[in-house]
Amino acid sequence: MSLIEPIEPAAALEVRNLVTELRLRRGTLRPVDGVSFSVAKGQTLGIVGESGSGKSMTCLSLLRLLPRPGGRIAGGEVVVAGTDLTKLSDRELARDWRGRRISMVTQDPMSSLNPVYTIGDQVGAPLRYHRIARTRSDARARAAEALGKVRIPSPEARLHDYPHQFSGGMRQRVVSAMAIACAPEVMIADEPTSSLDVTIQVKMMDLYRQIQEETGVAIVLITHDMGVAASICDRIAVMYAGRIVEQGPAKELFRNPAHPYTQSLLSAIPKLGEKRKRLYALGGQPPSLTAMPKGCRFAPRCALADAKCHASYPGETNLGAGHRTNCWRVAEGGAPHAA
Amino acid sequence: MLLEAQDLKKHFETRKGVVKAVDGVSFALEPGKTFALVGESGCGKSTLAKLMLLLERPTSGSVRFRGREVSSLRGRALRQFRREVQAVFQDPYSSLNPRLRVGKIIAEPMLAQGDLSRAEIRKRVEEALEVVGLPTTAARLYPHEFSGGQRQRIAVARALAVRPEVVILDEPTSALDVSIRAQILNLLSDVQDEFGLSYLIIAHDLALVEHFSDATGVMYLGNMVEQGPTEAVFGAPAHPYTQALLASAPRPDPDHVLPTDVIIGEIGSAMNVPSGCPFHPRCPQRTAQCETVQPERHVSAPGAWARCHLLHGPAPRPASLRPDQLERTST
Amino acid sequence: MTADATDLPQGTRPSLLMRLPGRDFPWISVTILVGVLLLAFIGPWVSPWQPQALDLRSAFNPPVWVEGGSWAHPLGTDNLGRDILSRIIAGTRISVIVAFWAIVLSGALGTLIGMIAGYFGGWADIVIMRLVDIQLSIPPLALALILAAVLDPGLQTVVIVIVVTYWSWYARIVRGEILSLREREYVALARIAGCGPVTIFTRHLAPNIVNTLLVLATLQVGQVIIFEASLSFLGLGIQTPQISWGVMLADARGYITNAWWAITMPGIAIMLTCLASNLFGDWLRDVLDPRRKQL
Repeated sequence: MSLIEPIEPAAALEVRNLVTELRLRRGTLRPVDGVSFSVAKGQTLGIVGESGSGKSMTCLSLLRLLPRPGGRIAGGEVVVAGTDLTKLSDRELARDWRGRRISMVTQDPMSSLNPVYTIGDQVGAPLRYHRIARTRSDARARAAEALGKVRIPSPEARLHDYPHQFSGGMRQRVVSAMAIACAPEVMIADEPTSSLDVTIQVKMMDLYRQIQEETGVAIVLITHDMGVAASICDRIAVMYAGRIVEQGPAKELFRNPAHPYTQSLLSAIPKLGEKRKRLYALGGQPPSLTAMPKGCRFAPRCALADAKCHASYPGETNLGAGHRTNCWRVAEGGAPHAA
Repeated sequence: MLLEAQDLKKHFETRKGVVKAVDGVSFALEPGKTFALVGESGCGKSTLAKLMLLLERPTSGSVRFRGREVSSLRGRALRQFRREVQAVFQDPYSSLNPRLRVGKIIAEPMLAQGDLSRAEIRKRVEEALEVVGLPTTAARLYPHEFSGGQRQRIAVARALAVRPEVVILDEPTSALDVSIRAQILNLLSDVQDEFGLSYLIIAHDLALVEHFSDATGVMYLGNMVEQGPTEAVFGAPAHPYTQALLASAPRPDPDHVLPTDVIIGEIGSAMNVPSGCPFHPRCPQRTAQCETVQPERHVSAPGAWARCHLLHGPAPRPASLRPDQLERTST
Repeated sequence: MTADATDLPQGTRPSLLMRLPGRDFPWISVTILVGVLLLAFIGPWVSPWQPQALDLRSAFNPPVWVEGGSWAHPLGTDNLGRDILSRIIAGTRISVIVAFWAIVLSGALGTLIGMIAGYFGGWADIVIMRLVDIQLSIPPLALALILAAVLDPGLQTVVIVIVVTYWSWYARIVRGEILSLREREYVALARIAGCGPVTIFTRHLAPNIVNTLLVLATLQVGQVIIFEASLSFLGLGIQTPQISWGVMLADARGYITNAWWAITMPGIAIMLTCLASNLFGDWLRDVLDPRRKQL
């Protein structure tokens, strides 16, 4: 709460200290362990991380779509428009929030669409369910409007088509139309473009930008691709082993990555225009959920780790302008450079 | 030339019509070098890899190894070819038989060749494991006991153990996490230098290709639309499709603005390849000529060519010419 | 190269036998199946009476828990005074023999044909799959009637009828498995290694369908036993004086109203064995492949 912190625009989604547990026979795992972030209205937050980092589990927790039995939110708050979603009953969440004020787009557009219903029925379904459209014809009109928003040519004519009559990129547009049909405040997109070719991907990212400008929706984008994150995110949070290790404005994070993990991720990817440089290869693998290191979770792979890093988890260091990281080296005032 | 494709075609007959997966592709792999095939899904690059591995027989055209036609080989001669050309595939889970121990998996190509003693095979397995950075004790374990990155190391060890000349890498890192990817790419670079291997790499990640290859071929709907030294293709792309691909690639640079007008619509179907230039329906620079006439190859830079009516350079000499010879013919 | 790659897991996975007990192990089913198997071998030594021994004075004795029953014949006697318990024990032998041969032969034939169809595809596949379709459209009992008319009824005929009926079951499922296994990258890599079709079959395909075959065979036990009983009941299978559970049912149907136990007891034996094999098969399927909940 320092005074020099710039006033951030009102948060559409605020997550505080979220903890998700999975109870299995062999014990309880914590795939998400104390995650906090916020997304402002009309902004995009990218959550980047490798498989198993907990980024997808974080998203599922926001909508309480955890695996059953065993998955549960063990702590923290998920606040949308002043309401803590973790306090709501399952019924309230499903009736008033999920798909209505906070919606989701997943990676595989084909499995998100039911092959036996027309596109009009499927885009109209959330509108009917949430009582935004009272009649069938109203639902159709609004569905066509949503399809128009995602730039599908002649939307009225395509309402009667089935998913298989659309190409891969067009299907992902239909799924996005479903997600924005109810004019949600927050849209969660889990790897929405990673099954698409680059020439299609670039158009999808442009589309998300346009939708955001028109509707002011806040987007949480889950991705493993630093390039995708860089091209459309305003802010970026880097997850590692169930925790956010660094977050900040995209430009700042890419220009001055503070955490050794972020630094090594950025130097591990080949970049266009850089020919034949040996890549920085981070050794080892992320820790398993069943055997989390006691101290900093990145310490076993970190070139700069010392006794303190192995002993206890570092607190958050504020680097200004909303750029924060959890690293002992940064906390002690050093500028770490692992890569 | 080590491994060469000459006017290679693979057409599949289906009930709905003929799919021209690969339609007249030529390229050559030089000893000790890396040739990359890039393109979007459905462009035929994986079918081309299967043809080069002799897993599929071409509809027409030829595959040559050291100048000798190999695409019709059978029996012993085919097995001889198998010793020289190995492969590493994308999915480290599906590429290792879960019921075999790692030692047996790595030994399989040598067992199939049948000319080494058991002791010699065991020695080579241990050497291969060492080269890829795994302890020799790994030979006794089963694949499921390893992580994705370690499995991919095992796959590399297996490909190396018979001491081939060529390794075909089909998306070798795209199933791996970012930090593991760099480990495997560096490993592949190291073993290439150490053993003088030639790589044919299939990839959709352009930055990886630029980083990793000496020459690049860009494929679109079964056709090679541009080909040449990687610096030329990436530094001064001549074909509008290559330009669009490069412009569309997301970059880990928040100041880079992605353009949205370099390409139209989506990749067509290999069943109905458009007339004329196969790319013309998506090309923002198309002319009437593009819709009807298949463009010839034009030299675009020393050693590089592209198939596009916008270019006016002369036709390249046959693929086996060296870049310095081509320089004299280009304008 | 990099130090990281050396941190390998220790120890290999426990063998299948070690992993089997534990997860909801179906103790009752296994006890019944082992019991049936055991009785088939040691039956003659443990059965209280000679299964064929007539004793007309004690005909229609009810089971021990019914009024008038005695411990001499715990499950009662039939119209000729033969001990039903002893006859059920004697019947296990036929059931086990029939089940063994029928499953081994139909499994082997079906697997071979399914593998050929799945691996080579093309014409072989088309011809084989049409044969399977034809086979599946013939009612098994009609086929049995025809075969029984041509061959002499008896144990061999029962086995032949079952093999002719069930090979297509295996062929269809094995073909499907092979079709999906064939697309695994390790099969392509084996070809790139220079392995021939025989090596690919024995090293890469066969071991990966063993689990499926095991489950199929277990589930088939119950079906075979019912099949044998039906054939014998119709007089097309096992013939008296040989004893099978189906023969017992057939013999007892004439006096079902005055001695219900004579037909009920072998019926319960059939039911318990089938139920046990089905439950065991379901469990085995879940243990060997938790993803596949139905075949």
